[in-house]
Amino acid sequence: MELVPLSSNVAESSAPPVDLMESIPARPGAVVPRGFGATAVLAPAVVALVALAVHAWMPNLQPEPLTGVDTAPVWSHPYPLLAETILAVSLAAAVGQGAWRPLRAWVQYYAPLGAGALGVVILWDLVTLKLNWMRLPFFPGPDLVFSRLIADRGVIFESTWHSLRLLLTGYLAGVCAGLITGVLIGWFPRVRYWGMPALKVVGPIPATALVPLAMSLWATSFYSGAALIGFAVWFPVTMLTTSGIANVRLSYLDVARTLGAGRLYLIFRVAIPSALPNIFVGLFMGLGASFLTLIVAEGVGVTAGLGWYMRAQQGSMEYANLYAALLVMAAIFSTLMTLLFRVRDFVLKWQQGVIRW
Amino acid sequence: MVTATTPRAAAEASAVYVRDVGKVFRAADGSDVVALDGVSLSVEAGAMVSLIGPSGCGKSTLLRLIAGLDPPTFGELRIGAERIAGPSAERGLMFQEHNLFPWLTVRRNIQSGLVARGVLHRHRHEVEEFMRLVGIEAFADVYPHQLSGGMAQRAALARALVNHPRVLLLDEPLGALDQFTRMRMQDEVLRVWEARGTTMLLVTHDIDEAIYMSDRIAILTPRPGRLERIIDVPFARPRLRNHPAFLAMRASILEMLHFTGSAGEVPGGVG
Repeated sequence: MELVPLSSNVAESSAPPVDLMESIPARPGAVVPRGFGATAVLAPAVVALVALAVHAWMPNLQPEPLTGVDTAPVWSHPYPLLAETILAVSLAAAVGQGAWRPLRAWVQYYAPLGAGALGVVILWDLVTLKLNWMRLPFFPGPDLVFSRLIADRGVIFESTWHSLRLLLTGYLAGVCAGLITGVLIGWFPRVRYWGMPALKVVGPIPATALVPLAMSLWATSFYSGAALIGFAVWFPVTMLTTSGIANVRLSYLDVARTLGAGRLYLIFRVAIPSALPNIFVGLFMGLGASFLTLIVAEGVGVTAGLGWYMRAQQGSMEYANLYAALLVMAAIFSTLMTLLFRVRDFVLKWQQGVIRW
Repeated sequence: MVTATTPRAAAEASAVYVRDVGKVFRAADGSDVVALDGVSLSVEAGAMVSLIGPSGCGKSTLLRLIAGLDPPTFGELRIGAERIAGPSAERGLMFQEHNLFPWLTVRRNIQSGLVARGVLHRHRHEVEEFMRLVGIEAFADVYPHQLSGGMAQRAALARALVNHPRVLLLDEPLGALDQFTRMRMQDEVLRVWEARGTTMLLVTHDIDEAIYMSDRIAILTPRPGRLERIIDVPFARPRLRNHPAFLAMRASILEMLHFTGSAGEVPGGVG
């Protein structure tokens, strides 16, 4: 019996997949940059106080907007309320992490980030409302944007829901189609002979160039939009799946065949698992493409969703509403990206310690 | 494994016959490369035979032909009375790289032969036995990248054995290991061989390994790959690596390889 540590001292010779993403962000519990330490936990509270002071006591150089002026006292406006909430939460967290150890790493990791984010909002408040370097109607301050987000929440929520439905329908359809064509082209030489040239001609067409075609093919804007998104997702997923399948290490297939594997085992239990790192690169590229195509599709045919809402608000010069929708969009899209990262980390847990990307 | 045949017939069925086999590859420039030229060899059931020779002598090619992964250009290969027409679970294969599937844990890797044949439900209990046999049971649930080279080769050995192959083909399985791990693994493979009576063909670069392990040593020469001669190793096991007879045999094999092989060494030959 050898006494070996359970660490990797075997060089994995399979090539790492295309570098698409930055390395995985450090998670709570990882090393916090030096210089913060105990003071870090109070940073958000300090920044929140600064935000409140700037907002309450500096004079507004930007004129009031013509519509939707909030007459409530300053402290109860959405932006000061947010800063007050952050103040309360960060104070509670600072106390809590002293009392309850498991919270400590998490608080120490996220406190500087929260403080930094709030700092950006202070800058935003300064250059718009307070100093009027950036003017209305194009550049509303945070308080105006937050109040429009709350005031128009019904429509924004409905738009978000519609966008999500369209996005996920198109994305899942594109992923399914891409996986099927990718496996077929990657595995069967005869399919590759015909499929690869077709893929090279059709694939690089930007989905947005196919808007007229999609609108003539499908009567309802939902289906034409979903088809466009699906097309945009299909190409990278197909491409990366194909290359992953076609580059399976031959010795894995040889070993499987001497273990009695038939064709189905070779495809589903050897080729596809070994192509998964590549497939995930395709899934990430497809997700990015789907965001872009969603907004374009909602700009032309589709008469609902966040893209449509933003365009409509731009038409009526309500830029505060437009930015409110933009904030929601950023939250939704980054959540979807994070979810895909989680799925990848779960599915590719056998890679941990071998490949980081 | 339960077989309906008599012991003698079962033993006969795991003998390997190679008759006048050749393999010609088409090189990138269109010329033909003769990797094997008229090789004949019989390996009786339950024997341990080594194939040694300089790179380019076609020993790995011969192993792939016996595995059924490549068809011979001419000649005939049989296992018992049965012609080799393709890969089969009856002929297990181990490479220099462990080639464990990195997406499966050690246990699932070892099971994969049973899964591939659709018999996992009937033989699941044997997986634990094989893990114990090769001493890998403590690592059942880790992924291959967490294993040391020696442990990974143990797992690969268990995986190759799980289908109860009649013949086990070993293509330099210990070549990538350090000296100490390698000597320990030689004993492990011998122990498994003695316990299971599997016919084994071992391709190796290592003359000591060939003498230490095998009943007979087949020496191949390169370009074109031919069987030079077959040497009986008459020593009882366990063998002493520094016994005078061991060293004498080593010297004579070295001498044979010296004038037949190293003078014509060309990089990029067929391994």
